[in-house]
Amino acid sequence: MTATLLPTRGGRRGLEAGMLVFAALLATGAFAAVTYAHGASFTVQIAYYGAGFVVLFLGAHLAVRRFAPYADPLLLPLLAALSGIGLAMIYRIDLANADSAERAGRSAPSAYAPLQMMWTLVAVALFVGVLIVVKDHRALARYSYTAGLLGILLLLLPAVPGIGATINGARLWLRVGPLTFQPSEISKLLLLIFFAGFLMRKRDVLSVVTKSILGIPFPRARDLGPVLIAWGASLGMLFIENDLGQGILVFGMFLAVLYVATERVSWFIIGLLLAAAGAVIAFFTMPHVQPRFEIWLHAFQGNNPQGPSYQLVQGLFGFANGGILGTGWGQGAPQIVPFANTDFMMSSLGEELGLTGVMAILTIYLLLVMRGLRAAIGVRDSFGKLLAVGLAFSLCLQVFIIVGGVMRLIPLTGITLPFLSYGGSSTLSNFMLVALLVRISDAGRRPPTPATPLVDPAAAPDLIAATGPERVGPAEPAKTTPAEAPAETGAPTAPIAPTAPNAPAGSGERAP
Amino acid sequence: MNRPIRKLAVACLLMFLALLVNANVVQVVEAQSLRNNPNNSRLLANRLNNERGPIVVGNQAVATSVPTPGQTYKYQRTYPFGTLYPNVTGYFTVYTETGIEQSEEDVLSGTDDRLFLRQLADTLTGRQPRGGRVVLTLNQAAQQAAASGLAASGHRGAVVALDPRTGAVLAMASNPTYDPNPLTSHNGRTAQAAYDALATDPAQPLLNRAAQQTYPPGSTFKVVVAATALMSGSYTPQTVIPAPPTYKLPGTNTVIHNAGEEICGSGTSDTLTGALTISCNTAFAGLGVAVGAQALQTQAEAFGMNKTLPSFPLPVAESVFPTRIDPAQTALSSIGQYDVRWTPLQAAMVAAAIANGGEEMLPYLVQELQGPDLALLSRTQPRVYSRPITSDVAAELTTMMVSVVDNGTGGNASIPGIKVAGKTGTAENVPGAPTHAWFLCFAPADDPKVAVAVVVENGGFGGSAAAPIARNVMLAVLGGQP
Repeated sequence: MTATLLPTRGGRRGLEAGMLVFAALLATGAFAAVTYAHGASFTVQIAYYGAGFVVLFLGAHLAVRRFAPYADPLLLPLLAALSGIGLAMIYRIDLANADSAERAGRSAPSAYAPLQMMWTLVAVALFVGVLIVVKDHRALARYSYTAGLLGILLLLLPAVPGIGATINGARLWLRVGPLTFQPSEISKLLLLIFFAGFLMRKRDVLSVVTKSILGIPFPRARDLGPVLIAWGASLGMLFIENDLGQGILVFGMFLAVLYVATERVSWFIIGLLLAAAGAVIAFFTMPHVQPRFEIWLHAFQGNNPQGPSYQLVQGLFGFANGGILGTGWGQGAPQIVPFANTDFMMSSLGEELGLTGVMAILTIYLLLVMRGLRAAIGVRDSFGKLLAVGLAFSLCLQVFIIVGGVMRLIPLTGITLPFLSYGGSSTLSNFMLVALLVRISDAGRRPPTPATPLVDPAAAPDLIAATGPERVGPAEPAKTTPAEAPAETGAPTAPIAPTAPNAPAGSGERAP
Repeated sequence: MNRPIRKLAVACLLMFLALLVNANVVQVVEAQSLRNNPNNSRLLANRLNNERGPIVVGNQAVATSVPTPGQTYKYQRTYPFGTLYPNVTGYFTVYTETGIEQSEEDVLSGTDDRLFLRQLADTLTGRQPRGGRVVLTLNQAAQQAAASGLAASGHRGAVVALDPRTGAVLAMASNPTYDPNPLTSHNGRTAQAAYDALATDPAQPLLNRAAQQTYPPGSTFKVVVAATALMSGSYTPQTVIPAPPTYKLPGTNTVIHNAGEEICGSGTSDTLTGALTISCNTAFAGLGVAVGAQALQTQAEAFGMNKTLPSFPLPVAESVFPTRIDPAQTALSSIGQYDVRWTPLQAAMVAAAIANGGEEMLPYLVQELQGPDLALLSRTQPRVYSRPITSDVAAELTTMMVSVVDNGTGGNASIPGIKVAGKTGTAENVPGAPTHAWFLCFAPADDPKVAVAVVVENGGFGGSAAAPIARNVMLAVLGGQP
């Protein structure tokens, strides 16, 4: 498809390192600006911060170099840039909160930046862990049912009295001692592994068409089962845990994977109808759904700005205050907005970095999503494709839900802004999400086993070592069609796969 | 499976496109209306958390922002000179601003377009953007002389001093005055209580009498009548005009007298100079009728009456010469009574026009706008506002007004070694109440550097109540000791 995938150009790890340096400069600069604007002179602390950031992501980079040498070089730097910007803004809001507490004579509130630093450290460790443990993403397909069960279990856990906790009206937290954890973030990934594995196996059945309505072919009624289960799970999330955002996210993710797996628009339509039905049920039965629409439609009317829509309206004021260029780091008043460092992170950034910063950040997200989808196109097995699609689309949907919500494009749904918001569970799960994308992109960009080595094996032992097992593997899982194979690999001289190119879809997978 | 993935990619692209468009709508298209939304407390935060630029007189800040560590907002506005300048600077409170604080809001707050690049540089270097500086034309010594003169009189009143060559306002005082400092308190209750006390004070301390209040000009208006006569070409300062002991208003049985039943000149007539020198009412009432209401009105309007003063940064009341008046009203108007009213500012403009050889300069208060780094943003260029009289007439009027100070009612304004030109006024207002005392003047008469108008409400005679204040203001500008 594109020349960048030419295997002879190698893994482009140098490019990744260069862009990581850029991300580190961005993060350190942001931190320095925040510190300076707060009145402190440049201290050695800033250097520590920058150095810490560099060491952290250097570790991740080395892990990618070692364990996923052909991975898309953009993924990690994009993640690092977002993470650095997020940390700087969390620190900035800490300072503002400490200031107002000092003025009011209260003791300083808990600082979130050190915690988020710690979470980022753990997240990078998990990122590396995923790369080490998941040597081949296809292995995950074997555990898809286990993952699904675990995912559901984690979802239900907060509802268990004693360990579950209700925070800000949503019962989706686990409390273990002083630590709280939001298991639905992790269960999102587990459920996705289940969806991808399940649909990989069932896609042929689900693609069977019986009748067509209005020219659109529709599937058999009895195959509706899995869709209904996903729908039920999402509604369950909504009802048991009061978590609208995660519910929409999981169902949307499922629909995307279902659509890609079956290539049937009809499934998508059925899904949308079910979503609409769910929305109607929620609208009339959930006490906090109707107000969201009211807030969205009439944010500025009557007493709403002082009452229910206070947060949304204050967030919009923040965006407006930022204007085109923003107030600059540390110069705005983002702390006015409740949850300025989590759900309303984007309005904090919009105020201080302006439209310019918002567009830049959205572009980073878009690049991340597109590189994720690119990995889905690049990888040869259908499980990898479905998994990558789910990961990338969940990212896209999550950003759309929360950014669209705080900007009043759609009704506001509380959900974190990936990589930028404060939050342990969210940070951990999103770093793992990118780790999986790195793994899948590595598989997709790995040079196909050449019939005759393109390079001297002695000169490139790593290459051979990395590709070796697949060459001797019993079942080559690649099942690209002849039409797209050369384009995907960009290596027309090399045979793509030893297996028959016309093998039936799905049949080439390893048995779980 | 790649085809649906590509379609999904397009869907993602569209979702992000929607977000990008929405960001532009919120942060650019709707930004201004959101910023001005009454629920927006950031407005307040910006207003009080940025360092507002100072208002400067001479080299001293007369309004400045001081840091308030430990308080909700970072800066509070203070006025180091207390009661000396509030009628000019106005005040900057948590919610509102008046005076120069209001008219130069953009520069002081730093939102002026001319400050954009500096603010951008500040933002990029992480510095708190600061507001620009407004340098006033005021002369601190003159302002001090005006304010203390009025305060010592114990009466309400106002003083305006102009540089006749440029129109620069050198002093603008109003009595009673007030201390704007309590109004800027961040404590809403304190500020409101201070404001309520000022707003309900019957003496109206918040009123800038120098520009916002009109008064009957009394005999000072005779300068305008004399100017009309001289401009007609039928009169010279030596022209002998009727000056009877009493004057019967045409078409009525009402009779007017001179102050203290005085006799003017020969008893029945006097020269124009003589009549002005002793401020002869009967002579000027007749002269006004002789030159005609229309000529008087035209001349008064040429000086700026019946017109809105353009581009002055403070509110200015319109000075009035009545239209479509009969001969009796014309006679009364000619001695500055009936419905003739002008502001002290307008009176000073008339004196300045005569002083400047007939060229009336547009009054201005802001000398320079500067960036926070003292870099010049703009300097006010003096502009000719009007040419109400010729230079010959101006010279003649100057000689006549010097005679007023040297030989007539304005003796209290004389300064040894300096030729002073002036005109007194003693204006009746409410029947039974003491007259308003007026004086308008300029000096040195041969090379005018300052023109002054003083009104002391219910102060009695212009020559005794107003002229000494005017003299001290002129001295302050010219650098002498009172």
